[in-house]
Amino acid sequence: MKQFLRVAWVVMRKDLTVEMRSREIVYTTVFFAASCVLVFAFALVREGRPLEDASAGILWIAIAFAGTLALGRTFERERHTETLRALMLAPSDRPAIYLGKLLGVLVLMAIVEAVLVPMIGLLFHAPVFARPLWLAALLAAGTLGFASVGTLFAAMLVRARSRDVLLPVLLYPITIPVIIAGVRGTAAIFQATPDEPMARFWTALLVFFDVVFVTLSLWTFEPLMTE
Amino acid sequence: MKKTVLLLVLLVFLPGALLWAQQPAAPQGDFVPLSSIPQTEQLPAAPMVIGAYAFVWVALLGYVWSLWRRMTRLERELADLQRRVQKHEGS
Amino acid sequence: MTRIFVPLVIIAMVMFAFAPLVVASAPLEQTMGLVQKIFYFHVPSAMLLFVSAFVCGIASAIFLFRRSAAADRVALAAGELVVLFGLIVLVTGPIWARKAWGVWWEWDARLTSSLLLWMIFVAYLMVRRFGGPGSEKLAGAMALFGMANVPFVYVSVNYWRTLHPKTSVVMTLAPGMRGPFWFSVAAFTILYLLLLTLRKRLEDRQAMVEQLYLAVEE
Repeated sequence: MKQFLRVAWVVMRKDLTVEMRSREIVYTTVFFAASCVLVFAFALVREGRPLEDASAGILWIAIAFAGTLALGRTFERERHTETLRALMLAPSDRPAIYLGKLLGVLVLMAIVEAVLVPMIGLLFHAPVFARPLWLAALLAAGTLGFASVGTLFAAMLVRARSRDVLLPVLLYPITIPVIIAGVRGTAAIFQATPDEPMARFWTALLVFFDVVFVTLSLWTFEPLMTE
Repeated sequence: MKKTVLLLVLLVFLPGALLWAQQPAAPQGDFVPLSSIPQTEQLPAAPMVIGAYAFVWVALLGYVWSLWRRMTRLERELADLQRRVQKHEGS
Repeated sequence: MTRIFVPLVIIAMVMFAFAPLVVASAPLEQTMGLVQKIFYFHVPSAMLLFVSAFVCGIASAIFLFRRSAAADRVALAAGELVVLFGLIVLVTGPIWARKAWGVWWEWDARLTSSLLLWMIFVAYLMVRRFGGPGSEKLAGAMALFGMANVPFVYVSVNYWRTLHPKTSVVMTLAPGMRGPFWFSVAAFTILYLLLLTLRKRLEDRQAMVEQLYLAVEE
């Protein structure tokens, strides 16, 4: 167990160290997410001002799009430098490698969300600091659900054809329930009087999804990555 | 490793129980029942039932037909290939 | 090949021919009237949709963990049938809904999750077709997630307030409706088994053809 966690930690550190050197994926993904939100802010207007009710939905759409992009780019880098094969050859538990990659993606997404949330608050006048803990819980649980399936599929698609278009095609039908739960929970928090029981319900559902998805992913990562 | 997985699977029941205890409090939408539908809104039911039934038949038969077509084509290819292999082995 | 299934095919055809009579003999439902008869093919199709998703998921798991090519072929057959029966459910449902609820579609928990389940298996077929080499494994993972989705779809109608009737309806059917309903279920199940077997045989033939091509190359 300790060995398992150590391997995951090492893989995550490797990813983050490489990323910190160029910061390429962080900058471009954050910029993409921000542009996404701006597009929505300009496209969805009523009487010349952005649609305030749409803030929760737009936040999660931006997370989904940016997440897909980040996943694709992270594994593209692995493919380009052939390090994935080296990782697979290492004598360590395959699921530990998956976990390490997942943690790296989560850190990246956390940075993106740290930029997105204030932007949403600013552009759509959403009360993002009304219930910060609930918002953080929703974002954490939702991002984990999305990233867990995404990491699995992105890793598998590294060697597939049409990988860029296949990732969203495969990922979205499975993770839409996660996004829906995230949106509904966030919308409950963004109401004039935050609806905490609703937020609790949706967070519990998200945790449920997370457990199912992470378990399935850990279980299937090994047979999927072996030739 | 497997024990960890099992533990995670067991954890499924925990949030499941959490969920069980909490039903969504707010209504999803308000539906006001009508005692009778106004004349303009009434649709004839028979075309709907027939249409649905017809669609089921079309879908099922369409699938069977596509299977049939692929099967005959494959059988032909198979026979042809078997002939070629036999010729190979013969020569 | 079809010779083997002749008795079953005949039974299935006879059952389907009789189905309109059987369904017509069922009593009319109080509020929905005639259009409720769609129930007799909408619900069995939905049941087989779930069963097929499970077959596909389990077969995919066997393929992934035991490297069984035969299991992969069963998974493909079951995957196609999920899409077929899903299409039936998603078309007959809205037709019924238009009359019973006044709307073709509602974005509630049951309908949305059913649509997503169907889309997962459409993606399954797309990956197998366009994914290139090694896509069977990827598709297998999709099928596993799809299978995990089924209980959620089933239960969603009980936990959320939706227009869709709850799962308790089937077990509490009026006596006059039970006969026709289970008759339909039987007819659809036989049909499903036939289609699954036929489709798997098609894949077996395809595998044989590919092997022979390799033999001829040499």
